[in-house]
Amino acid sequence: MLRYIIKRLLGMIPTLLVIITLAFFLIRLAPGGPFDTDKTLPEEIQLNLDKKYHLDESLLQQYFRYLWQLLQGDFGPSFHYQDYSVNELIETGFPVSLQLGLSAMILALLVGLSLGTLAALKQNTSADHLVMSFSMTGVSIPNFVIAPLLLLLFAVHLDWLPAGGWDSSRPSTIILPVLCLALPQIAYIARLTRASMIEVLHSNYIRTAFAKGLPMRLILMRHALKPTLLPIVSYLGPATAGVITGSVVIEKIFSIPGLGRFFVLGALNRDYTLVMGVVIFYGLLIILFNFIVDLLYAWLDPKVRY
Amino acid sequence: MNIQLVQQKFTICILFLITLLWVGMTFSAAAAEQILRKGNGPEPQSLDPHQSQGVSASNILRDLYEGLISEAPNGELIPGVAKRWQIDESGTHYTFYLREQAKWSNGDPVTAHDFVYSWRRIVNPQTGSAYAQTLAPILNANAIIQGEKDPTTLGVQALDDFTLAVKLQGPTPYFLGLLTHSTTYPLHAVTVKKYGNKFARAEHSVSNGAYQLTEWVVQSHIILKRNSRYWGDAKTRIHTVYYYPIEDQSTELKRYRAGEIDLTYGIPLNQYKWIKKHLAKEFHVAPYLGTYYYGFNLTKPPFKDNKKLRQALTMAIDREIIAEKVTGGGEIPAYGWVPPRVLNYQAQTFAWHKMDKTTRLAEARKLYHQAGYSKTNPLVVEVRYNTSENHKKIALAISSMWKKALGVRVKLLNEEWKVFLANRKQKLTQAFRSGWIADYNDAFSFAELLYSQHGINDTGYNNSDYDSLLKQSAIEKDPNKRRQLLEQAEQTMLADYPMMPVYFYVTKRLIKPYVRGYQGNIMDHHYTKNMHLAK
Repeated sequence: MLRYIIKRLLGMIPTLLVIITLAFFLIRLAPGGPFDTDKTLPEEIQLNLDKKYHLDESLLQQYFRYLWQLLQGDFGPSFHYQDYSVNELIETGFPVSLQLGLSAMILALLVGLSLGTLAALKQNTSADHLVMSFSMTGVSIPNFVIAPLLLLLFAVHLDWLPAGGWDSSRPSTIILPVLCLALPQIAYIARLTRASMIEVLHSNYIRTAFAKGLPMRLILMRHALKPTLLPIVSYLGPATAGVITGSVVIEKIFSIPGLGRFFVLGALNRDYTLVMGVVIFYGLLIILFNFIVDLLYAWLDPKVRY
Repeated sequence: MNIQLVQQKFTICILFLITLLWVGMTFSAAAAEQILRKGNGPEPQSLDPHQSQGVSASNILRDLYEGLISEAPNGELIPGVAKRWQIDESGTHYTFYLREQAKWSNGDPVTAHDFVYSWRRIVNPQTGSAYAQTLAPILNANAIIQGEKDPTTLGVQALDDFTLAVKLQGPTPYFLGLLTHSTTYPLHAVTVKKYGNKFARAEHSVSNGAYQLTEWVVQSHIILKRNSRYWGDAKTRIHTVYYYPIEDQSTELKRYRAGEIDLTYGIPLNQYKWIKKHLAKEFHVAPYLGTYYYGFNLTKPPFKDNKKLRQALTMAIDREIIAEKVTGGGEIPAYGWVPPRVLNYQAQTFAWHKMDKTTRLAEARKLYHQAGYSKTNPLVVEVRYNTSENHKKIALAISSMWKKALGVRVKLLNEEWKVFLANRKQKLTQAFRSGWIADYNDAFSFAELLYSQHGINDTGYNNSDYDSLLKQSAIEKDPNKRRQLLEQAEQTMLADYPMMPVYFYVTKRLIKPYVRGYQGNIMDHHYTKNMHLAK
């Protein structure tokens, strides 16, 4: 197991290097530069800006300079938000996205697992149809439709919740964005749970457990739940990484200062360092979560051993 | 007297006093807690007056800093840090006398040296300011920006702590107006030197305006608190200002309706009708110093050396329909380049602007044929615009008007902002949408855009007569003669049709009825110190 962990950790390095290299050259291929505006800069000022941010060097020189900076844990200064460094922007944006994303995932897991299990146990009944219809709706309706609708209802018409902003000390600001972010996840998890649970419930060892006369609750908790979780855990790895690194749509609609908006605004503003910083951070999280999923597999499935 | 009655009266008196005290405390607390919450568009790039770009940063800087000249709520120029000034007969030497009671938020006096330091910093190429050319009228500024001279040679000098002398390259009638621009604000030299490019952050910021920066959470909010050391603080009534960076105007509208914002940055155009119906009393529209236009690339076919074609296209669109039905927000149809209400200027128009629609379209068709095009040989043209629902709607309307009136086949190209800018600068365009918002209230701010050597002349317009009129206006001392030169220049340019004005901008925002002191003005400059809340 330890050998496996070390091997996987070492395997992350070339993956990350590929991500960094691709992101570095791709963002520079996009037309336009970080300092292009509808006003034209005098040549001397343009030269000085290029010099200040090392854009006057060859691409390879810039690349190796960036790698050296990264080794020291420095993502560099933001080209667009000139009073801040990329590290500072990630430090302020990530805790917000993390809190929002984790809350949404916990809610999605609790509700999604319960609904999925209920649907599997009551297969082809009205309860099953209701849960599946809800799931289908949740998967089909995008965030940018459901979020403004909930906002209009709860913030504008009923005046129960705030219409935007983020204050972790005021839970009321968190409710709507968490709910909107969790809804599609609930739908996915419920569908996955239902399918997986039905498959497990039809397996021989569960049939044996029923034949032995074990109570339903015991069969579910002791024998059915762990194997049911396998496909959900595979889904949870990348999904959690995606959700905690920020949802652009939710952050925009609710004016939340998370990481997702930096990614999109960074790309639009050609803020090379900010885009690179967020891509690397996101890549690292995806790799880490996939790694954790693989380790969880060993615990959940007795057939998997490292 | 009955003891019980005395006790009753005493109790009533006490209750009355308590009520009075409570009411008094409530009202004084309300008065002390005047908080204004403003929607402010995109997140500011920087709050360093020399690095910031865009309207959202300027809105905040206007509260944080004060330049030599300030503005009244109606946009009229009034003394700022300078209590008075003198201009010599040549119109090139200005002497500003500063208020001795003007202070920085840390208590240091605001001196002429702070202005000298700030202005030398912005023109220094090492600062890398995109707005360095705002100070171009000052002696040697251009040479310093180009790296040919040292910043210390800039035509600005502190005669003593409270007297500032400024020497210009030539008479510049709009120079005082230019001094309201955020790039001309003073800087607290000690703070800038100590904290470098982080001096503008809340933990270090030292400012000389009515407010000081106390909190800045990127993409969340910016909080300003009243600067008790500001020389005019006694008149300031709003204690705290929240600036919310909200790019999405639908989100902003929802937050406004939920009572979380008192004053919006704009409105979502697709909800204009709903707003007019439901929030009419809170909806404010004011003329704005900007023109929305379509540029023709004059360096390439089909528009190169084909004035008749450009004129035909310019005449074929119905600006009234675009302003009323497409944008529909009170925009003013544009038949000229410089908007109305510009100081000391008579707005110019195309000679045919009062022609009735049928005659105008007939004339457009005639010109189109003379230009070598017909229904069997139609013009096929690319029109580029940057991603925006509004630009898309206008582009569709214009292309349909061209098609209906002349039979033109338009290929619409929607491009992301930076790609669009790059294509425009490299002149890879045929026709493109654009807009120009003036930095100062003077016709020259518009006229210079079409000067042959100007960096943003993306149409490639080059007319020596036009250039010559602009050069003459730059050295003309008599304001009336200067005005005539600029008006003549605009007429010359309009007759060449290098671009097609579509409409003049207006500002549109929602303001809660309890916000007082707001007045629409052509520059859209609003100072929180002039506002208060009546609630």
